[in-house]
Amino acid sequence: MSKLLVNEKDVVVPGEVVAEGMEFLPSFGTYRVKEDIIASRLGIVNIDQKVIRIVPLSGKYMPREDDVVIGKVFDINFAGWMTDINCAYHSLLGLKEATSSFIEKGDDLTKYYAIGDYVIAKISLVTSQKSINLTTKGPGLRKIVGGRIVNIHPMKVPRVIGKKGSMVEMIKEATNCNIVVGQNGLVWIDGEPEKMIIAEKIIRKIDEDAHIEGLTEKIKQMLEKEIKVK
Amino acid sequence: MADLKQGIIKLLEKNTRFDERKADSYRKVEIIYDISKNAEGSAKVKIGDTEVLAGVKMEMIKPYPDTPDEGTISVNVELTPMANPNFESGPPGIEAIEIARVVDRGIRESKCIDFKKLCVEEGEKVWVVNIDIVPINDAGNLFDAAALAAIAAVKDAKFPEVVDDKIDYKHKTNKSLPVTKTPVEVTVLKIGKFYVVDPTLEEQSVLDARLSVATTEDGKFAALQKGGDMELTLEEVEQMLDLAAEKSKELRKFLK
Amino acid sequence: MVTKEYKRKDRTLEETRPITAKAGIIKNADGSGYFKIGNTEAYAAVYGPRNLYPRFMQNPSTGILRVNYAMMPFSGSGDRVRPGPNRRAKEISMVIEKAFMPVLDLKEFPNAVVDIFIELPQTDAGTRCAGICAASIALADAGLPMKDMVTAISFGVVNGTVVVDLDYSEESYEGEVVDMPMAILPNSGNISLLQADGIFTKENFKKILELAKKTSQKIFEVQKQALKDKYKSSGKEE
Repeated sequence: MSKLLVNEKDVVVPGEVVAEGMEFLPSFGTYRVKEDIIASRLGIVNIDQKVIRIVPLSGKYMPREDDVVIGKVFDINFAGWMTDINCAYHSLLGLKEATSSFIEKGDDLTKYYAIGDYVIAKISLVTSQKSINLTTKGPGLRKIVGGRIVNIHPMKVPRVIGKKGSMVEMIKEATNCNIVVGQNGLVWIDGEPEKMIIAEKIIRKIDEDAHIEGLTEKIKQMLEKEIKVK
Repeated sequence: MADLKQGIIKLLEKNTRFDERKADSYRKVEIIYDISKNAEGSAKVKIGDTEVLAGVKMEMIKPYPDTPDEGTISVNVELTPMANPNFESGPPGIEAIEIARVVDRGIRESKCIDFKKLCVEEGEKVWVVNIDIVPINDAGNLFDAAALAAIAAVKDAKFPEVVDDKIDYKHKTNKSLPVTKTPVEVTVLKIGKFYVVDPTLEEQSVLDARLSVATTEDGKFAALQKGGDMELTLEEVEQMLDLAAEKSKELRKFLK
Repeated sequence: MVTKEYKRKDRTLEETRPITAKAGIIKNADGSGYFKIGNTEAYAAVYGPRNLYPRFMQNPSTGILRVNYAMMPFSGSGDRVRPGPNRRAKEISMVIEKAFMPVLDLKEFPNAVVDIFIELPQTDAGTRCAGICAASIALADAGLPMKDMVTAISFGVVNGTVVVDLDYSEESYEGEVVDMPMAILPNSGNISLLQADGIFTKENFKKILELAKKTSQKIFEVQKQALKDKYKSSGKEE
């Protein structure tokens, strides 16, 4: 007899048996041993018909093609700008991918991006050895000037963005700040200093409480309170 | 980096910071004593998210020839990669060494511990108070947290029993260490033209200069250490000294 | 030869000392765990997967695991423990690393490293086991894919009597003592670390194996709760 041993939205740990029986199918974050389906990640149970998967609560960013990320230039060589995108692998923003203008031989590359600059870029390629190529040719992709970079868990990014961007738009409107959320957990905030502090506070709160019920309502209330106080 | 510093200075112009503190405010300070039963004395200090453990282990050695009736202290700091991924495994680097020596000077030069009362047999045996400091999480201001943990551990410490000239570590006496003064270390940062205490890692990364000051309860200074690449005017040094003295009174309240 | 049967004062022969565990207590780390059993206390911090230097250590087919175990200088019941690499700590680091290899699949992270740092502020025997229990919480907290958690406990034989969770007084007991640290995977009951020193019979070993899965389950429950507690809704209003 197939039996589900946990409820939807339960937090489970690796090694925990989440279901018994062949009716259920193991998906991301679970695996099957004989008749049991066992969790292999710390996360929240999600059940869709008979498919069980785990939504992870933590974990480093794993680079995916087409993700828009925020990176920091840490080296410049003949191939382009080496960028740190907060994962185990370095990425290269190649000469041809950085700008549509023609780069002359012997040009000073730092006039495009200097070491220490933050960029909003898109991942154009991830090889099997996890070599990563970035591009800043595209809408919204650019060097970041001003503002502040805040780190959150990559797993919480969807909550900070919200359905169709609803959460981040709400924060942008209330604080009048420019906000860009990188899929790799780096968030850029720019605006009036006091409003930036509020935006950061809200975003950190979502990072902490992403898994809690009724978060959207709580955040709305928190925003209203903070804006009033200031 | 210019952006971060500008951002911090813009907020300091309104006497606030990214975590909404005033420039001269400490994060929440907490001291817990006796966190390691095997140590002769120990303490855990939390300043915000910075967490540091310190422990005292007593040892008997032959005194130095020029101070035959005095014991001494030895301070060691282990900056493990556990607390901050930028720390490297291995023997103490210059960062760990600086913190250890600054903490040492604060305790030694203030005459916090009466070294003469650490003498067991003149010329033959004296006590060494070994103070080891290990951060668990570095969220900025290790200097002050380390110094506070060290002095808390010293105050918590008791002499171990000595049986037949050998230390019996399993049994503690009721006798505390001969503590006569309580030095408290406060580090003041200069960022732009503003003075900041209890910096976060971000604030530390943009400092122009810093001054660590050890103050005793009678308002006297015992040790100084300037860091950072920028110079300080005489006036600035005096202002930072005064701020440190004021803040040390606050921190001292947390000690028992 | 009749040896006096060993009896415990504060607990039964099969009981562990009281256990406390926490997750996520080191904010800078990607994952962290705390495990206290009796007076033995261990912190574990996990960083990774992350860049691995020196480059010659990189493995293009899989990420590697690196464990660094250390006792704090004031943690021991005798002299101060001189900081720095020592042979005992190196061996313990290595066997702890091996204890996690069966459950960690690092093929997703070629050329990268997962670093585990274990520090003990207080020790009363069973240190490598406490370290493993803390590290397991830290690895799960860091979101790494794990087939199972890893639990560990020191079994012992004191004057012919099998005991669970050997403490320091038992480790240094006058008489015949066997110290047997063991790491057990709670789901399968399989063993990923096994060491022993002291003379023991097959009979006693079998008794220990019978106790292994049961003890492992108890520890697993504590580790599980520590991780779940971190994500418990506080229910408090802002």
